[in-house]
Amino acid sequence: MMPSSATPAIRLTDIHKSFGPVRANRGASLEVMRGEIHALVGENGAGKSTLMRVLSGMYAPDSGRMEVSEANGALRDVTGWNTAAAIAAGVGMVHQHFMLVPTLTVAENLMLGAELTKEGPLRVLDSARAAQAVDDLSRRTGLRVNAEQRVADLSVGEAQRVEILKALYRGARTLILDEPTAVLSPPEVAELWQVLRQMRERGETIVLITHKLDEVMSISDMITVMRHGRTITRLRTVDTTPQEIAREMVGRDVLLAADVRRDAALGGESWAATAPDSVTATAENGSLGSGLALPTLEVRGLTVSNARRSNAVDDVSFSIAPGEILGVAGVEGNGQTELIEAIAGLRRARSGSILLDHLDITGATVRARGDAGLSHIPEDRHARGLVLDYSIADNLILGQQHRFTRGGFLNSFLDGERIADNARKQIRAFDIRPNDPALPARALSGGNQQKIVVAREMGRDFRVLLAAQPTRGVDVGAIEFIHAQLRTARGMGKGVLLLSADLAEVLALSDRVAVMYGGRFVIVIPRAQASEEVLGPYMTGAERAA
Amino acid sequence: MTTASPELTQDTSTTEAAAAPLRSSRSRLEEALLPSLVALLVAAIVGDVLILIFGQAPAAVFRLLFEGTWGNSYGFGQVLYKATTLTFTGLSIAFALRAGLFNIGAESQLAAGGFLAAIVGLLLPPGLSWIVTLPVYMAAAALGGGVVGGAAGQLKARFGAHEVITTIMLNFIVLALLSFLTATHLKVPETLHTKELESGALPRLSDFFASFHGSAANVVLVLAMIACVIAWWYLFRTRRGFELRAVGLQPEAAEYGGVKPGAVWTRAMTISGAIAGLGGLNFVLGYKHYYEEGFAGGAGFLGIAVALVGGTHPLGVMLAALLFATISQGGLAVNAMVPKQFVEVLQAVVIIAVAVSVPEVRRLLRIQRTRG
Repeated sequence: MMPSSATPAIRLTDIHKSFGPVRANRGASLEVMRGEIHALVGENGAGKSTLMRVLSGMYAPDSGRMEVSEANGALRDVTGWNTAAAIAAGVGMVHQHFMLVPTLTVAENLMLGAELTKEGPLRVLDSARAAQAVDDLSRRTGLRVNAEQRVADLSVGEAQRVEILKALYRGARTLILDEPTAVLSPPEVAELWQVLRQMRERGETIVLITHKLDEVMSISDMITVMRHGRTITRLRTVDTTPQEIAREMVGRDVLLAADVRRDAALGGESWAATAPDSVTATAENGSLGSGLALPTLEVRGLTVSNARRSNAVDDVSFSIAPGEILGVAGVEGNGQTELIEAIAGLRRARSGSILLDHLDITGATVRARGDAGLSHIPEDRHARGLVLDYSIADNLILGQQHRFTRGGFLNSFLDGERIADNARKQIRAFDIRPNDPALPARALSGGNQQKIVVAREMGRDFRVLLAAQPTRGVDVGAIEFIHAQLRTARGMGKGVLLLSADLAEVLALSDRVAVMYGGRFVIVIPRAQASEEVLGPYMTGAERAA
Repeated sequence: MTTASPELTQDTSTTEAAAAPLRSSRSRLEEALLPSLVALLVAAIVGDVLILIFGQAPAAVFRLLFEGTWGNSYGFGQVLYKATTLTFTGLSIAFALRAGLFNIGAESQLAAGGFLAAIVGLLLPPGLSWIVTLPVYMAAAALGGGVVGGAAGQLKARFGAHEVITTIMLNFIVLALLSFLTATHLKVPETLHTKELESGALPRLSDFFASFHGSAANVVLVLAMIACVIAWWYLFRTRRGFELRAVGLQPEAAEYGGVKPGAVWTRAMTISGAIAGLGGLNFVLGYKHYYEEGFAGGAGFLGIAVALVGGTHPLGVMLAALLFATISQGGLAVNAMVPKQFVEVLQAVVIIAVAVSVPEVRRLLRIQRTRG
């Protein structure tokens, strides 16, 4: 059945929503037709998620009008409804962060809040019927899950399928997906698209929040662009281009990563070929390095454990030449976090060694590594990269606080003047907005928060940069900026280890590409030989040849 | 729900909200002071109701309460004396809270500080001027409290033992130990206290201002104020303080920033214990000149309320200590008109009022600031 573009499923008009002083939505509108896949795009902090939480009943709007179509097609005013009413009307939301109980099975999670019980006064849970219902739904939708499996044992992609099933189980005919592909490998993304297309065939409506333009182009029928809490424009996908969407999102022309993809790897291989194996220089015989292209970072036989596995990182060896970006692709949870943390000094290496320039830092403290020239953009800026309640100025010296002291007793007083100078300089150089150094980091958008981290780690002298998910949850303008910074660092002869769940990002920036799977580097190849098609199978573990 | 308030529509946008620069130290102080004021207001209202229930006239009772505390210099001196100990214990707990640690052990740290100071005092040759002996006493008191606090910090850093559990348990152990040592080796027969110290007695305020005559207020009060200023300086102006607060807010981010949370926990608990321990000087050097079983008298626990009402800010702690000392001393003054539990109820109400009001107060402050 062709979607009839005449019947809107959802119409939001002039929605305003503030949180204290933060005005997340100020005149946002959205019209989604029945049976279409509608992409809601915008930079971080543009108000996409807020608008969808208003729609799903989690927030009540301050003003504006919300209408949702009934079964007969007529629009009903639902302004300010709650989540229960939204679910009853068939509007379901799949959140960016899963809301599942890990210790319960898939079936139990789906039933939660609407449990199937046996006849009788005790209302005993009917697990057989629950499993049957889940299997039926799974077959009907093509979302393959095992009803009896515990959610804790699922992969991220499977957990997401359960989230979608949960919404469908409750009768969702309109499904809102908040950045669903952030945690998926390319094959899983393809599978998700297939499921969404099937849903569209059945006349169901999908709103997809995303900021990945290639996704928008490949899956959506219509596009609504938001900027600064307002709806900027509404586009038909077939009539537009990624460049146009990006321009509407940011409000100016932007350079997309795909435009500047380098097609040749510079130096990445040549270093590995020429460096003698015997270069095991330590601090005392560092002179060996003169004249030779010593690796900036060298990791040998590194094995790291985490809470579940003794070999979360399993005997990994690599080196990075000056002026080289080594990109590590892979689905999250394959040891990337443990690898970065071990190199950064936040996690102990079980065995193996880590050399920075020619200095063995395997057992060094975080501070000693920083002093030796290691910079680190951590993957989770909210947990590690920033103290959210600290000011921008204070966050700009985190990890460097011992350099911002002045003489006197124990040389331990913070030098407020230099901290302020540093803040002013970095805010200007990295275009951090708002530009008030006294504002807490919490008050900034995701992109600007990340710029604080990038400014701190790259705005000082360093030899090697560990960049973990450097552009996650960051808007298009900031992505462009951060990518330019990484390229500049390469140009200045720094070594960069880039870890990203976004394969396009890895391909856009790297000189060599590695894929991490099951704690190992299953493939390391020059950028020129790498492509999504080549790497995809390695990311899912289908190809294991090292 | 359907119309935006005009103020909001005229409000600056999120990205421009920073146009009005924030003075972070000012806002910190506001956050520290406001809970005390709110608490005072609520205490007054609830106090009114309670007094009416007891069949008394609120105005008369509050007048008596005021006259017995701030209304005459003896009463005010007693308020200052009580506030001194509470400032130390409140500061101790506030300091630990800044590192993300809930120190429930100030009671035993206070006792241990007073005890060790008294022991040292018994060993010192008699007749020395207080100016000479004071540093020695301070070191002893800080050591006594610091060891107890530091032990809890170490247990957390080494074994991950939660400080709430360990400090509560250390209260039992340390208080029992001090009780044992006093009873078996140190006490003067028929009493619960040691011999009187022959050196180090500190001047009372009445030595400088005759009108304080009879009150126990003494120069340890000045030490308490200095301690608050130093603690403030340490927390907000030194690298160690920067690192300590980072651990308190986000241990993972602090670790990323080259700070070892375990080391900070040990250090913070040691300093916290030392501050509480210094509070022992108020009784031992400023008032009785001996160690007496149970002199802490709950000041270590009331310090939790002082720290929270004071917004865990050293300067807020001073004011909160004055507030609780006033209620406590005022309770004695109005004892004839209302039962003594009146004061305990009032203290509890104040604490609950603060617990309830603080998030609300902060939210209001934030909105006001971005508009101004």
